[in-house]
Amino acid sequence: MVKKKKFSQDTVVNIIFHVIAILMILIVIYPLWFVIIASFSNPADVANGKVWFWPKSFDVRGYQKLFEQSQIWKSYLNTIIYTVFGTLVALVVNITAGYAMSRKDLPGRKWINIFYLIPMFVSGGLIPTYLVVKQFGLLDSFLVMILPFAVSTYNIIVARTFFQNSLPESLWEAAQIDGCSTIRYFLQFAIPLSKAVIAVVGLWTAVGLWNSWFNALIYLQNENLIPLQLLLRRILISNESLLGAATGTMAQELRQLSDMMKYGSIVISTLPIMMLYPFLQKYFNQGVMIGAVKG
Amino acid sequence: MKNNILKNVKKHYQLYLLLIPSAVLLFCFAYLPMFGIVIAFKDYSPALGVMGSKFVGFKHFLQYFRSYQFGVTIKNTLVLSLYSILVGFPLPILLALMCNQMKTKMFKKVFQVITYLPHFISTMVMCGLVLIFLSPSSGLFANIFNLFGAKFPNLMASASGFKHVYVWSDIWQHLGWDSIIYLAALAGIDPTYYEAATVDGASTLQKIKYIDIPMILPTAMVLLVLRAGSILGIGFEKVFLLQNVQNIMSSEIISTYVYKMGMQSMQYSLSTAIGLFNTVVNVIVLLLVNLASKKLTESSLF
Repeated sequence: MVKKKKFSQDTVVNIIFHVIAILMILIVIYPLWFVIIASFSNPADVANGKVWFWPKSFDVRGYQKLFEQSQIWKSYLNTIIYTVFGTLVALVVNITAGYAMSRKDLPGRKWINIFYLIPMFVSGGLIPTYLVVKQFGLLDSFLVMILPFAVSTYNIIVARTFFQNSLPESLWEAAQIDGCSTIRYFLQFAIPLSKAVIAVVGLWTAVGLWNSWFNALIYLQNENLIPLQLLLRRILISNESLLGAATGTMAQELRQLSDMMKYGSIVISTLPIMMLYPFLQKYFNQGVMIGAVKG
Repeated sequence: MKNNILKNVKKHYQLYLLLIPSAVLLFCFAYLPMFGIVIAFKDYSPALGVMGSKFVGFKHFLQYFRSYQFGVTIKNTLVLSLYSILVGFPLPILLALMCNQMKTKMFKKVFQVITYLPHFISTMVMCGLVLIFLSPSSGLFANIFNLFGAKFPNLMASASGFKHVYVWSDIWQHLGWDSIIYLAALAGIDPTYYEAATVDGASTLQKIKYIDIPMILPTAMVLLVLRAGSILGIGFEKVFLLQNVQNIMSSEIISTYVYKMGMQSMQYSLSTAIGLFNTVVNVIVLLLVNLASKKLTESSLF
């Protein structure tokens, strides 16, 4: 009798959990799906609430207008360049540091650790940092987007933890006896054995760079250098029409086109990450785990 | 002795070579700006430079403390921050507890992939989504309300609605992702605990109460300390993007005010002073919360 009651209580709990989970899936997925169908629908139907589950009066003018804007192509290219080069720089800078700090025979390891940790808690703040960047002549340059802020203490810790846990010390000792130098060992043995952590750090950095706009807002004025996210700010937040001004009946038409361009720009800027993510999920999660071991 | 150290360093010079790129960048762009903080105590003028500008002591701090914006920015920062913690701290834990008990492996997997997805949307796009969906004339919410013949309020134009928009859009975006760390902690629990509990006739809810919750408590405390430590360090990006003239009374926070004073009004010294005040408070709060957590639960950051 008692057993039966327990069984049924567990079943009820299990059903409730699944109902909550399904509701959550719908709440997360529907807005994303809506953006996609809205970007392919007639803007008037979207605004009047006639589009719910499927595109209505199929319409791709939004995308047409978007792709006609040279600024979109330019900033899309900028974002790709910043992401690729920024990730490469970050990998070089953080993986080398992570390896060096993983070695127990590094003289002054404790002090070096503190040197890397302090910036996590204290910073000069907006203006002092701006003034330093300006002093280095990096304002309005390609370099400012990939170099000054490439160091990530968090990623260094992730790399260090990985090297400590998965490179056996005996390997380095054996190599050392054979006359292998530190740098040669790092390049020939440590790197090839660490593809997982390189993938983790690289992916995190790449997503961060793809989505970032704050540094561009502060340090870039030149229209030719601005990344996609900053252009999105004009389209989505400031509500600027990239199509220029119009009056009368044209204005109505123009506003609808602008709405379509909003949905379209969200799709083209977010799609690359959304498409890749399910395949790379393993690596993203690993990053959190390795970091969590330390935290 | 000294000779020994020198010898040791020389022997390991290649390790230092590996540290050079990151150390140089950190020195230039993290440590040099820290020296620039002195302009908070000076009347900085670009012509005179950081060193040449006149020293004025706490003038800029006092100017901020006495200004009308002081109370407003502190209050708004605290409201958004505390509201975020109040909702954003327990929900991921509940989600992880629930997810951990789901028996269907396939469903669990799909559930996780989908709830993590919004985390990868950029803040810019997220704010764009919020503005589009909340539009009172043509937004998705307005259209849903219309179906039931109700009128959707213009949340973005009301000072009282801002905090709800801010916090709940954040929950939508990060709830799934924030639960990963607890799921990892739960995955580390020895399965024999559950087996023993099953033998003793424990129900699912009892397992959650007597095994899961005590096991993730230390993780939860550390994360709470971290969050509490940045209580005045609430993110700039989202608040800045969602801010408008109509909701400014509840959306002007310390970091957006620092930006406006610095980059828009060019009051470099005042902006730096406010930023420094913010950092100092953050560090103090972090230390206090850490101490409290150490006393109460024996888990702490350091």
